[in-house]
Formats: sequence, structure tokens, C-alpha cells
Amino acid sequence: MRYLALAAALVILAAVPFWVGSVYYVNIASQVLFYAVFALAINVLVGYAGLVTLGHAGLFGIAAYAGARLLNAGHGHAVVVAGALAATLVAAALFATLALRGTGIGFVMITLAIGQIVWGVAYRWISLTNGDNGISISGRPSPLGLSLASPPRFYWATLAVFLVEIASMAVFVASPFGASVRGTRDQPRRMAALGYHVWLIRFLAFLLSGFWTGVAGLLYLYYNQFVSPQAVALTASAEALLMVISGGTATLLGPVAGAALVVVMKSVASAYIERWNFVLGAIFVAIVIFMPEGMVPGAVRLGRRALAAGRPRVSAALPADGEARR
Amino acid sequence: MSALAVRGLTKSFGGLLVTAGVNLTVEPGERRLIIGPNGAGKTTLFNLITGELRPDRGAITLFERDITRVPGWRRAHLGISRTYQIITLFPNETLLRNVTLSLLGLSALRWDPITRLDRQAALVASAREALARVGLEHLAGRPLAQTSYGERRRVEIAMALAQRPKLLLLDEPFAGLSIEERRDVLRLVTSIPRDVTTVMIEHDMDVALDFAERITVLHLGEVVVEGGRSEVVAHPRTQEIYFGA
Amino acid sequence: MSLWLVLAVNSVTLGGLLFLLSAGFSLIFGLMRIPNLTHGSFFMLGAYLAASLIQAGLDFWTAALLSGLLVAAFGGMIERLLLRRLAGAELAQVLVTLGLSFMVADVCLKVWTGDPIRIATPAALSGTASVLGMTFPAYRLAISVIAVAFAVALWALLDRTRLGAMIRAGVDDPAMARVAGIRVSRLFTLVFCLGAWLAGFAGVIGGPILSVYPGLDQEMLPLALVVVILGGSGSLLGSLVGSLIVGFLYNFGQAMFPELAYVVLFLPMLLVLVIRPQGLFGRQPA
Repeated sequence: MRYLALAAALVILAAVPFWVGSVYYVNIASQVLFYAVFALAINVLVGYAGLVTLGHAGLFGIAAYAGARLLNAGHGHAVVVAGALAATLVAAALFATLALRGTGIGFVMITLAIGQIVWGVAYRWISLTNGDNGISISGRPSPLGLSLASPPRFYWATLAVFLVEIASMAVFVASPFGASVRGTRDQPRRMAALGYHVWLIRFLAFLLSGFWTGVAGLLYLYYNQFVSPQAVALTASAEALLMVISGGTATLLGPVAGAALVVVMKSVASAYIERWNFVLGAIFVAIVIFMPEGMVPGAVRLGRRALAAGRPRVSAALPADGEARR
Repeated sequence: MSALAVRGLTKSFGGLLVTAGVNLTVEPGERRLIIGPNGAGKTTLFNLITGELRPDRGAITLFERDITRVPGWRRAHLGISRTYQIITLFPNETLLRNVTLSLLGLSALRWDPITRLDRQAALVASAREALARVGLEHLAGRPLAQTSYGERRRVEIAMALAQRPKLLLLDEPFAGLSIEERRDVLRLVTSIPRDVTTVMIEHDMDVALDFAERITVLHLGEVVVEGGRSEVVAHPRTQEIYFGA
Repeated sequence: MSLWLVLAVNSVTLGGLLFLLSAGFSLIFGLMRIPNLTHGSFFMLGAYLAASLIQAGLDFWTAALLSGLLVAAFGGMIERLLLRRLAGAELAQVLVTLGLSFMVADVCLKVWTGDPIRIATPAALSGTASVLGMTFPAYRLAISVIAVAFAVALWALLDRTRLGAMIRAGVDDPAMARVAGIRVSRLFTLVFCLGAWLAGFAGVIGGPILSVYPGLDQEMLPLALVVVILGGSGSLLGSLVGSLIVGFLYNFGQAMFPELAYVVLFLPMLLVLVIRPQGLFGRQPA
């Protein structure tokens, strides 16, 4: 049953350029996908390692800026992608080493500060980043000779990347290392006593998160053909975090749903609503207070309840969810 | 060769001296009970032995190997396992998964990001076995949050035993249990084979005394009485500390 | 006056403003374990409100005090209506303050539009003053004096009054404080309001120097963050020392390495994080 649903979903996703209407919506779909890649990457830390980060847009931006600089320096796309991802991994290793000096709220604060440094560099180090003017690039890669210049082609490439990522995430979640990561989220003291190297586990999770964040950053660059300090501002990190939290951190689909929500709201709603930031903030506050576990688990819960209506209820206490993690 | 030797172990928090130059030697296969009133520093001593806390002064050796500088997570690999006074299990996971995590901690598999944990037949089988040893195999698939307190205490012990430790530290394993549950746990604990050296902290003397061979009495961070069971129980200092005589 | 002296004076001034801003942040974080990401918004809001009040005819200092009170009231509402519901869930509280900061920023944009607003220096202080044979802009001197005055007042509050003792107890050990009978939830609201007032007031008196414009909140918040991480949370001395350090780093950094200004600013913070995670004067690790 589940495989049928999965296959159907795949077909629907692959066929998007044909049924969605105009090129504008195909582009929105592409955005949803690479922001979903970003959100899933962040969820490795937020949902699975229990480490909330408010500076991940920094890594996102580093990938985009590195890619832009490499491309404009004349390198081919293969070098660009490899170089940008390498730079992002190095940065992620550095950020992780610094951020892991703190735990819980300390970690959040340090990631926030690091994110702001990256923004400050993007904004001020004009010779490196062109400051507020940003860096433009021209051209998208042509993997296997197929140009990604047209929106449907770019969409399919993004879809392919997204599918690879979500599959690898599913593997990671079910793996022993995935269990180790989740263990450090729930009981770090106990994990250490059981023989787990908690710091190293968190560090590696950060690298994994950084890698896919870099991928998302590159997709962003190729999509927009442009990168500016806007991409690394605090609002960018906050929006990314909102995607993860609104969708729900406990499932694979949660961040995807959250990404869809935020992107659609931003693109479509902002045509009608002037004050997008106000709405963003209000949604943030509302979700944190009323739906702490996110939309997807909430919807699943309601769905289960609807299905179980009529069957005798089990009265065993269920574990409380929605608790803020350390 | 001693199983565990602690020399001059000292630890302060702020201005409070919690562990005051403790000397302790436990022989292999021994069953040692550590008792003392609240605030005597018993759990802190355990935390120092497992490496969760760093001592201000002193040394710890495990089977003659100095582990004072060894990080906590490594000590598990050297053969130390413990249970906790306050239950610190994984509430959202099944009993089987809880014990599997315990086994995984000592296995190189814990770094594997590719294979499925559920499909690791050998690991899962060992976990089942560990649950069976504490009589909980029938609840293997139950989420921890849906088990009773007594069952959780047994899971704690299962998790520690699953790692086949050389030194087992039990921190108040009887706390909060009913009389019958205590007898079950006592039976469990006394049936642990002698290749495991067991050190227990307990507050409740009734059941713990049946377990102990030698007893160490801690008071205000120091060892005040030590010896065989009967001599410690009869000792005037013990009477004084516990009964204010 | 030589460039260095000017920079030094500006640094002390900025340090004074930052002290007022971060003392509140530090107290809120130290006591309630909430990194209040709305703090920058309080600063900006205070400045905007004062600008309007001054336009409506109030004099500078009355406007400053009144704006502070309005921001404090706003902060109190946030604490009572939103943050208290999430007591204990620190992460949720952080996110709520983040969301609120966006909301406040957008409302300010709507009400006061995007153009920077200059707050005029109060007439009495618009000249220069002579200290030790050197002339300084009177207003900047005044800010330093005000900052020192508040530092002393806050120290007296924390060290000499019963309320201060309760706050310090709460910072050291909230659970014990509760057991000892301290009305912790009332204390939280009070401290949050105090912090908000300080931030709003700082925004106003910073107005003549920084002006007020959209994005001011996003610029000031990281500075407060660096101060608290550098100086250690919950420590008044840490906030003072940290503020001065940041003030100097910011101004001298801008002047000497304009492209690396942010790096120069955050580098010491990172060093402190690596070497001494609880900050220069903090008590527990961050």
C-alpha cells in the first residue's frame, strides 16, 4: 500500500511541469524542492541531533558565494560544484567545532553569532563578495549534455537531487549511526556512559547537514543566477528554521511540507499581502505555541483519529510530544 | 589485582567538598555495597568512576589500569557499565530498541550510516537475550513509555548487563519498587555471574544487605566504615550515622 | 582632536549604549535562560516611539523615559501572555522572540516607513564640553555618564536590595529560589520589563548618534549577543567590560579594516568561546 502511494507521488512529482499550469508555477515547484533540500539538511541537526541552529543560512550562502566566485573565475561546473561543496564542508567543520562548545541554548546563540559573521562578511567584505550588489552568474550546468536552462529541465534536475537526498536521509534515519544521533538528542549523558563519543557524533551530523545545505545553496545559485547578502541574513535562517518546525521535525516529510508552506506563502501570498515578514513572524509564534510538533504530525494524528473512529479506544497513556528539546 | 581501586579521590562543587579523599578497593568478583545518608557523595563517586565528572585530585584504576584521564565514553569500552538512580532511558523507543542501543554503544557498527539497524540480526538477537535475562522478552516490542516503573528498572539493568561489563555499578536499583519487585531485582542481581564485579549504591538497607559481601559506609564524602557485612552493621559508627545513637 | 581620540570617544559612547542594551539582555538570559531575540526590536521601537513623541511636542528626556515605559509595558505583555505559557521550554521561547522581532520590525516599517529618522540632540547638550583640557562633544560625554550612572544603579539594585538578592538567587539556582519562597514568575516579568525598559531607553538616547531606521534591530542584537557571550551572562561587570570591548572593536575595526569590520568584532568572541565558554566573567558554561 505504501509503495503504491510512493509510486503515485513520484509520478505526480515528475509530471509537475505538465499539469501545473504556467512556467511561473514550475519555478515555484523548483524553489519548494531546493528549499526542501535545505530544510531536510537542517532537520538532521534540529530534529535528529536535537541541536537547533539559527545560522545555517551562513553555510547555504557560503556554498552559493563559493560557487559564484568559482564560476566567474572561469571554471567548469564540475569544479564549481566540487569546490563549493568542499568549501561548505570546511566551513561546517569549523562552525561545528565552535558551536559545540555550547549545549542547548548556548549552541543556538553561537550558531546565531556565526551566521551573523557570515552575513557581515558578505555585506562588508566587498572585494570578496561584492557587498550589497551581490554576484551574478550566467549559465546553468549541462549534465550529460542536457542543458538546465529551461524551467522544466531545471525542475527535473532539482527533483532528482531532492529524491537522492530524501532517499539518503531515509537510509540514515534507519541506520545505526542515525540511531546514535537520535540517542544523543534524548539522553546525551547516558549515551556517553554507553560508550558513544557524543561530541564526534554531533560533529559528523553537522557535517552531513552542512553537505546537503551546500547542495541546496548551489541549487539556489543556479536557480537565481545571483547571490547577495540577503541569502545569509538572519531572516533567511529564520525562514529555514520555520520550514523545519512548521512541518514537524520528527518525520521525513515534515520539513518538506514546511518548505512547501513557506515558499508558497512567500511567493503567492506576498502578491496579496504586503507585510510578509509580519506574517512570517506571526506564523512562527502561532506554530510554536499551538502546534509545537508541527503540521505533519498534527495531520497524521488527526488522520489516525478519523480512521480509528468507531474502533474501541486504547486508554494507555501515549508519550507526550511537542516538548522542546535541549 | 584489584578490579577497582580509587585513591585519594577528591571533588568539590563551588565551595562544597563532595568527595573528600576517598580510598576504595574492590576485588574481582566481589559484591560491594556502598551506603550512607543523603548527601554522602555516593552518586558523585559513581560519576567520578564512570568519567562523567573529573576529579580535582586522586586516581582511579580499573584492573590495575589507570583510567583517571580516560574519557567517559572510553571507560564503557574498558568494561564499566552503570545504571542510574533516576531512570534515563529512551522513552520514545521500544524496550528492544533501548537495549539494542546499549549493545550498539560498544560496537563499531554505531558509525554505520548505511545498513538498517533493524536488520542487524546478531545485535537484535543479543538484545532479546538481554531482555530475556531480566524476564522482559515478552515486552520487547512495547514502547518504553507504556511500561511500568518496575519494568523500566529492569530494563536499566538489562541495558547494563547487555554490555557484558567487567565492573557493574548499580545506583539505587531498588528505589521506588514494591516489595515483590524488589525481591525480583534482588534475585536478578544476585544471579549475576562472578566474572562481573558488582558495586551497588543503596539507600534501602533491607534488601541490599542480602546482596552485599562487603560494605563501605560513606559520610560527608569520606569513607567512615568498611568491612564485611556483619561487622559493618554492628559497628557503632554505622549505628550513629543511621540511627543517631 | 586626533582621529584616534575621536574614535576612542565614539567607542566609549557606543560602549555605554551597548551596556544599557546588553545589561538587560544579560539579566534576562541569566535569570530566565531566554536569549531574548526581541531585544534589538525593543531598542529600535524605543527610538521610533521617542521620535514620534518628540514630534508631538515632548522634550527629549520625557520622551526617553516615556518610550522606555511603553517598551517595558510591551515587554511585560510579551512575557505574561506568550513566554509564560512556554515556561521551561527554552527553545520555544527563543523562537517566539524571534517571530516577534519580525512582527515588530514590519509594524515599524509600516508605521514609520523606510526612511531613517534623525532624533535631534537635546539642546542643552548639543555643544562641546571641556574635560581635562580637551574638548569633547557634550552629548557623547553625557551618554557615558548616563551609562556609568546606570551601571552603578544596577549594581546597587543587585547587590544591596532584597529584590536584587532574589534576582541573583534566581540566576544562580531557579529551582532553589522557588523552594526558598521567591515568587519566580513575578520576578521574571519584572526583570523582563526592566530589560525592555533599558533597551528602549538606550534606543532613544542612542537616537541622536545612530538615528533610527529599519534594520537597526538586526544590527544591535548581534552586538548585544557578542557582549553577553564575551562578558558572560548574568554578570553586570561582564556586560560593562564586554560593552566597552565591543564598542572599541566596532569603531576601530570600521576605521582600520572596513571590509573585515564584522570579523574583527566577532573574532574575540569566538576566541572566548573556544578558551573560556562561560565568558570572561560568567559563572556557568554557556
